[in-house]
Amino acid sequence: MDQKFNCFTGSDEYVAAPELMYAVNVSIALEKPLLIKGEPGTGKTMLAEAIADSLGKELITWSIKSTTKAKDGLYVYDTVQRLYDSQFHEGDVSDIKKYIHLGKLGEAFTAEEQPVLLIDEIDKADLEFPNDLLWELDRMEFYIHETKETIRTRHRPIVIITSNAEKELPDAFLRRCIFHYIAFPDKATMRKIIKVHYKDVEEKLLNQVIETFYWLRDINELQKKPSTSELLDWVKALQMGGVKVEKIHDDLPFLGVLLKKNQDIDVVWEIREKGYTRKGWGV
Amino acid sequence: MFIEFFFLLREYKLNVSIKEWLDLMEALDKGLAGPSLLDFYHLCRSVLVKSETDYDKFDLAFSEYFKDFSSPFEIPEEVWKWLNGGTKIKEELYDKIDPNAPKYQLEELKQMLEQRLKEQRSCHRGGNYWIGTEGTSVLGHGGFAEQGIRIGGESRYRSALQIANERAFRDFRQDNIIDTRQFQVALRKLRQYSTTVDAPKTELDIDGTIKETTENGGFLKLVFEKPRKNTVKLLLLFDSDGSMLKYSKLCSALFQAVHKANHFSDLKVYYFHNCIYEHLYTSLHCIRGEWENTEKALNTLGSEYRVIFIGDGAMAPTELFRPGGNCRIGLYNELPGIYWLQRIRDKYPHHIWLNPIEESAWDHAYGHVTINAIREMFPMFELSLDGLEKGIKKLLVNR
Repeated sequence: MDQKFNCFTGSDEYVAAPELMYAVNVSIALEKPLLIKGEPGTGKTMLAEAIADSLGKELITWSIKSTTKAKDGLYVYDTVQRLYDSQFHEGDVSDIKKYIHLGKLGEAFTAEEQPVLLIDEIDKADLEFPNDLLWELDRMEFYIHETKETIRTRHRPIVIITSNAEKELPDAFLRRCIFHYIAFPDKATMRKIIKVHYKDVEEKLLNQVIETFYWLRDINELQKKPSTSELLDWVKALQMGGVKVEKIHDDLPFLGVLLKKNQDIDVVWEIREKGYTRKGWGV
Repeated sequence: MFIEFFFLLREYKLNVSIKEWLDLMEALDKGLAGPSLLDFYHLCRSVLVKSETDYDKFDLAFSEYFKDFSSPFEIPEEVWKWLNGGTKIKEELYDKIDPNAPKYQLEELKQMLEQRLKEQRSCHRGGNYWIGTEGTSVLGHGGFAEQGIRIGGESRYRSALQIANERAFRDFRQDNIIDTRQFQVALRKLRQYSTTVDAPKTELDIDGTIKETTENGGFLKLVFEKPRKNTVKLLLLFDSDGSMLKYSKLCSALFQAVHKANHFSDLKVYYFHNCIYEHLYTSLHCIRGEWENTEKALNTLGSEYRVIFIGDGAMAPTELFRPGGNCRIGLYNELPGIYWLQRIRDKYPHHIWLNPIEESAWDHAYGHVTINAIREMFPMFELSLDGLEKGIKKLLVNR
């Protein structure tokens, strides 16, 4: 069995389901990027931090935006600076290397020790973005045209890619990944997660909070269901606010922490009063 | 080795490539599978399946391949609903066990299940024949038969096959009905950038300019490019009242998705009741007077608009074919509804019809006469994620 295998087992801060740990370890052993999907707030980004933490590796995060291009991750050629320098005769303009700045991917490739590379929210970028990275992720090398240099990875980074499913990813890209979908945690897992974050939380409070939270999530009319990170905020608010435990389910204190839309809050109160709602249709 | 599993997966319409299969072999060679079948299940799934929408198909294939004594029937969605709606078991029902109940062999049970799946049309509870909850039927769960096939209900211990059989991911199947966000994602594909169309080069290409200028020895050289903008204009026609009420949640999801989508160059929404006549309503509830002349709307909206109808198309044949067929009291239409539909079809070359009724029911559902008449005019798709995606592809291609 590979020596590296089975080394990720979750961390103090992060509760990982067994199948998730399994997927992480498979991707490390097969040296393939791990693609993580899941509802917002299920801890996709946190996973990379936890992996880096528990394996004692450096984490390099490349956050993708709608304007990000694949090339940005490799290197940027600072033409403007070079142009300025040439006009004002500063520095050695013939040394192109000076004007090549490595991007996050380039940084991960040239790192001294094996890093964890997180490509966060890859679906934010243009539809073609993942395809543009196929070669680089496959071969872990790229070519800098300006200096005619090939950058090769010294230690193949552990690559974690997250996606919110805003766009479908191309097949060719998917074939190269190990895939895992983080399902929304069940009540038992959720208890563990809360306890990891708030060690001193009272059992009574915990029970009430979890009951109420899953009751809320079961309301189909909600436009945006509360997620784990919102639940954690809520627990904190409840603890600090000193709310009586018995009142949590009836009064729903600090509901605004869980629900971010006025409409959703109205829906909840309407259900409370009448037992049903007719909202949700129309804008 | 177990290459049949590969073909079985493909039979279940899972798009597994040879590359992924070889990856799995490599993983097995490296000893990643672990001792239990559950580990093996997770390994296969993470290497072979690349979307949560396919988890369900994988579960089905997996349990078929590895469990020959209980083949997973495709239990229709409705049967699940009947069973899930089951009430809590009442204590006093425990004396119901019938000692004279016939004993079945597994093969017989399987045949019975297959047969019932064909016959059963509704939810059953407490009986002894149909698939249902409680009762003494051998098919279903929460019942009192001594033996039988449990469908759904709660399981007590978990093995890989049980997890596969539980099909926790069936909600993610793409042919299922979906929420606003998923519609939004689908709608994003409805775009066409004008770089593919003829347009003057009006936008300054900064990167290009810098590059050209540097290569020009520092003397400014401007480069222009075509603007990249979505040119798609969309005309939505919503059937919003009467028979459509029961689909309101689904329609609402689509409706909100369209409104949130801001990548269209223009978006027009009109409503109609069952069919289109002289007027197009501007409000959801089709209030008399809150409307626009259909003729006028057709004249103002150019033929570049892409038209999406959303409606069940189910109505009385007169409403579609006859003058005066308008079902709203006091409104008399000189021209039959079908005339207006034809006008719209002829004017706008890109058009589709999304129908919330399941495709399999189009031939026998209430209103199948009009549904089929409309199908002859418009390419009709089911209002589901799959249907919408197919429809959008249709909208994008030139006819």
